[in-house]
Amino acid sequence: MSAEKKTNNRAKKKRELKGLFNMWLLNNAQACIYSLGQYMRQPVNNLLMTAVIGISLALPASFYVLLDNVRSVSAGWDGSLQITLFLQNDISDLDALSFAKQLDADPRIESTNLINRDDALAEYRSLSGFADALDALDENPFPNVIIAHPKITDGSQPEIDLLIVDLEAMPEIDNAQYDSQWIQRLFHLLDIINRVVIILSAMLATAVLLIVGNTIRLAIHNRRSEIEISKLFGGTDAFIQRPFLYSGFWYGVFGGLIAWLLITIALQILDKPVRELANLYGSQFKLSGLGFKNSSILLLIGVFLGLGGSWVSVKRHMRAIEPL
Amino acid sequence: MIRFTNVYMTYPGGSEALKNLNLHIDSGEMIYITGRSGAGKSTLLKLIALIDRATRGQIIVNGQNLERVRHNRIPYFRRQIGFIFQDHRLLYDRTVFDNVSLPLVIAGYRHKEIRKRAQAALDKVGLLNKINNYPMALSSGEQQRVGVARAVVHRPIYLLADEPTGNLDPALSWETMKLFEQFNQVGVTVLIASHDLDMIKRMKKRIITLKKGRLLTHAGTPIKE
Ligand SMILES: Nc1ncnc2c1ncn2[C@@H]1O[C@H](COP(=O)(O)OP(=O)(O)O)[C@@H](O)[C@H]1O
Ligand SMILES: [Mg+2]
Repeated sequence: MSAEKKTNNRAKKKRELKGLFNMWLLNNAQACIYSLGQYMRQPVNNLLMTAVIGISLALPASFYVLLDNVRSVSAGWDGSLQITLFLQNDISDLDALSFAKQLDADPRIESTNLINRDDALAEYRSLSGFADALDALDENPFPNVIIAHPKITDGSQPEIDLLIVDLEAMPEIDNAQYDSQWIQRLFHLLDIINRVVIILSAMLATAVLLIVGNTIRLAIHNRRSEIEISKLFGGTDAFIQRPFLYSGFWYGVFGGLIAWLLITIALQILDKPVRELANLYGSQFKLSGLGFKNSSILLLIGVFLGLGGSWVSVKRHMRAIEPL
Repeated sequence: MIRFTNVYMTYPGGSEALKNLNLHIDSGEMIYITGRSGAGKSTLLKLIALIDRATRGQIIVNGQNLERVRHNRIPYFRRQIGFIFQDHRLLYDRTVFDNVSLPLVIAGYRHKEIRKRAQAALDKVGLLNKINNYPMALSSGEQQRVGVARAVVHRPIYLLADEPTGNLDPALSWETMKLFEQFNQVGVTVLIASHDLDMIKRMKKRIITLKKGRLLTHAGTPIKE
């Protein structure tokens, strides 16, 4: 009997909770639609506001896209990080070949490429125009050369320096030359630019927060009497705050969409000249856009900043409004 | 039932709006609070609605000791009260319907129910034909009646009116008072702050008078100044 009552109570409680949840859902849907309606009611003002937010989001996002593209180009250059190994003169062609294989087995080396001294001579003869001078020599002046491509983890200099020291210590090697410092410099430069973009993003994100916060502050101010009346008739803080939070949400969504649109248009404009330039270098390189993942992230960041800005503003300014 | 026991109210600025107030209002009563400007009439109403809290003393409303109503419960407490103001306090960017339905929306009624009740309330004040108008298109008397409809639409236990007829001509004032009487007749406890003594006397209801924050007349005694 009492157990039956208990289950009845539990079922009742469950129903009540479900009802509360449904109401919460309904309230949110209402506030969401309502604030969208408010947004549409002042299209010019809100569009200007959203454009400012969109541009603030588009700036760092487009830097990221640019950086991404530069990285994808320079990633191909990792291969040109190469160490030229001049072998001792007394190493025979056969020994050079087996030595190259031995180097191949080193985990720090991606691949090797043996340039036979005779081939080198032949190539030099045909290219340099010093054929006569070379004929005057009675011995091939070129040593056997191995081009080693080190395995790049992050292009870090000390790792490669260490590798070179090890290589030069080998008896077969006369001299190791590493002449791709400009790529190192490029990587460092990219790293600096990357940090600049991060700093810039943080600053512009703060700007978006402040812009949304201020807009919501003005909206709260403009609807002061509505807030007062709502509080007087028993509106909870959550109820009263909700439309303002949702308008922050819409600012974020539309700001993110505008940012996405700006970047997409910019990429469209740049696409053709970049491809033509790449063609001149014999490359198939093509600007890559935001893609689905990054577009979603951009939109999410927009929503996050919009909601965050309005949340801060609501917390700061709503409490101050009390009826009468 | 509303009971004030030794209630003092001193505003932060230092003005003593109520001093040692003792008052008992029965459920279903209709009562007028009168007194000069600054006597403390609005303060009395504000304390009942928990818009302000008393500095000292005990206030009990509908069995609840107001001191014990926590801040986050105040909204739910206020849903048993309807308010009417001298300056109407309508939302001028919303239609009459939206204004009247606000307390229902706040309380989470369903759309169909909201429409039904708002229509009934507007019908009661004779403004059903203005349901889709904006308040600006209405006369001051009509705006006041929209305010009345909004105050009763959620069927409150208490109706608090602060100088509701201050801006109305005598005929309209009388109509408004009669309207309040109708709500009172169906069980709503009505408190009206007003200084329109002539009209108040004609209503033949209990009158209390405040003077500089003190209660001047005892319960039930007609006023004599
Ligand atoms: N929010 C407030 N802050 C400071 N003093 C107030 C406030 N509201 C009212 N008072 C003061 O309290 C006294 C009573 O005011 P009130 O209750 O509004 O009187 P009434 O409604 O009878 O005209 C007055 O002296 C008034 O100046
Ligand atoms: Mg007053």
